[in-house]
Amino acid sequence: MALLELRNVSKIYHTGGEEIRALDDVTLDLHQGDFISIIGPSGSGKSTLMHVLGCLDSPTRGEVVLDGVDISKATTSQLARIRNRTIGFVFQSFNLLPKLNVLQNVELPMVYAGLGGKARHERAVKALEMVELGHRLKNRPNQLSGGQQQRVAIARALVNDPKIILADEPTGNLDTHTGEVILNLFRELSTQGRTVILVTHNPEIAAVTPRRIEIRNGKVAEKVDPRLAGFTPSTP
Amino acid sequence: MNLFNTIFIGLKEIWAHKFRSLLTMFGIVLGVASLVGMSALIKGMENGMRESMVAMGGADKVRLETQPVPAYQDHLADQAPGRTIRDVHALRKGAPLLRTVAPQMSIDALLTRGEKRCDPSECVGVWAESLDIDLHTIAHGRFFTQIDEERANPVCVIGTAVRDALFGRPEELGYEVIPIGEIIQINDQPFTIVGMFTQYMSEQEAKEREIARTTPKTSGSEDSGPKRQKGWGGRGGWAFTRKNLTVYIPLNTAWVRFRAAGDKDGIPDPRLSDIDLKVHDLEKMETALQQARNVLLVTHNGIEDFTFETQENQIESINKQIRNARLSGGIIAGISLLVGGIGIMNIMLASINERIREIGTCKAIGATGLEIFIQIIVESVALSIVGALLGLLASGALVKMLAILSPMSNSPVVTWQAEVIAVAFSAGVGIIAGLFPAFKAASLSPIQALRYE
Repeated sequence: MALLELRNVSKIYHTGGEEIRALDDVTLDLHQGDFISIIGPSGSGKSTLMHVLGCLDSPTRGEVVLDGVDISKATTSQLARIRNRTIGFVFQSFNLLPKLNVLQNVELPMVYAGLGGKARHERAVKALEMVELGHRLKNRPNQLSGGQQQRVAIARALVNDPKIILADEPTGNLDTHTGEVILNLFRELSTQGRTVILVTHNPEIAAVTPRRIEIRNGKVAEKVDPRLAGFTPSTP
Repeated sequence: MNLFNTIFIGLKEIWAHKFRSLLTMFGIVLGVASLVGMSALIKGMENGMRESMVAMGGADKVRLETQPVPAYQDHLADQAPGRTIRDVHALRKGAPLLRTVAPQMSIDALLTRGEKRCDPSECVGVWAESLDIDLHTIAHGRFFTQIDEERANPVCVIGTAVRDALFGRPEELGYEVIPIGEIIQINDQPFTIVGMFTQYMSEQEAKEREIARTTPKTSGSEDSGPKRQKGWGGRGGWAFTRKNLTVYIPLNTAWVRFRAAGDKDGIPDPRLSDIDLKVHDLEKMETALQQARNVLLVTHNGIEDFTFETQENQIESINKQIRNARLSGGIIAGISLLVGGIGIMNIMLASINERIREIGTCKAIGATGLEIFIQIIVESVALSIVGALLGLLASGALVKMLAILSPMSNSPVVTWQAEVIAVAFSAGVGIIAGLFPAFKAASLSPIQALRYE
């Protein structure tokens, strides 16, 4: 069974009497351990697809089934709970809270999950050690380099042990070398059995993932790269 | 999400913008300080008034006052008898609802002893009832006996301020003179002092004296100069000073030795200068006064040249004044707090506008609308409560300043009730001011918020 299924999903916006189909009858299956990129030019519906996959938005039509549960009719606070527990977000501009230190930033998702202080601390330290930032716990985000900030963001995304990591242009603000480090980190996560979704407009970055979903005018076309397919445990 | 974390993050947010937060809090600080200061001032006023009230004879004292005869009896005006001893006897027999009837005949007196002189607040001929009416306590010696009254003996009971004037103040002499048996002149007639009242003072003054007594004097240098006499407006308030300047003589003595000899025109004046009443039961005040009125209409041949003045009227007016002061002060402080609240709302709106992306991030990683809502409310309340606590500190300084400016007997009293109300009210203002910004933040769509530049 697929981890996340989109069944005939459409998202329709109305602007000034005009109907815009940002997603047009999209059907998609994402499996555990998939390493996927979503690629498309701006205005293609890429962001909308990301929002639906990330449970930030509900589709106008169709079904979104997560772990066998249809969540297309969920309320905003139910969606918030789902995001909190099953999806880790990584953003292009890191989106760390500037007034909290590294540790507190990483603890934040667990705060919303209602974890106790001690458990939070332990898990946050563990996640930060995993991204090799165990020595910068008390630093503010603005005292870190871009690559370090993005690794903090990844630690934050991982800390509630989500099944899906959704990264929106994660290397967009980083130099090529740092970008590669981050991409390797994502590849590693997918080999650990997490579903990693990279959203990008850059074909070079999309090239690192075995499975590529191209979106154009709200419709998807899927490609599986046979050379890279062996890297990840694909569909069981 | 637990509250502790929310508060922690809220305080962090305030601390991140120290100066801005301080400016924002200032409205609340002023509001709380003025609320607490105002209520302290009014409480002080109230205390002063109540103490004076008791010093003047308590709440159940009724004065029988003369008044001009009503218009329809104008032709009888020259037959109006005024208050006489007949009234007193009649009231005692005919008005059983009255507990006490105390006649007073005042003498325009000057007290002298050798070179020293004293102008008493009142020198009155009384019966023993006046002790009860005016709430006098004899500390030394005795009160008048039946024999003193019948024989119009030249004896007197004096207040401590009279003793101070004629024999010297204990503070100056270093010891207290108890002048029982001494002879003083009242309008050049020798009188023997048989008793002295206790020293009447406000609670405030009593406390200060206690402190002055228990703490040893630091050095003699400040005591070397001549002691300055404090006037009526000084410590303790006029009501107490006045009470301490009382001289009592037997009623009959006042009549025989002063009044019967006539005034400067040689006409004896048998009228009493005061009749004070107390009723058995304050609840039945109306009935008792009606009874007294009926009796007096007989002794006054139906001429209504008298009226009753109850302390109730005065208490009423005191309460009214206090209510008014409270209301106006409360309104001013309330407006100040309201303005503070608007400031908080304004800054919270600015703050969430700055943090739209942060809010979007929080929502993306799992914060519900309610959690964001609570977060903003907590920040707003934290602002107002920190402001309120600063306001309490400021109110302490304000009250100290007011204490210097206001007379001692009315010195402001900070009540914990006022402080609690002020803090609670500010918290309420904080909640209300936070509602709209919090609602706005909570209803942000995470997609829009994340996209916001």
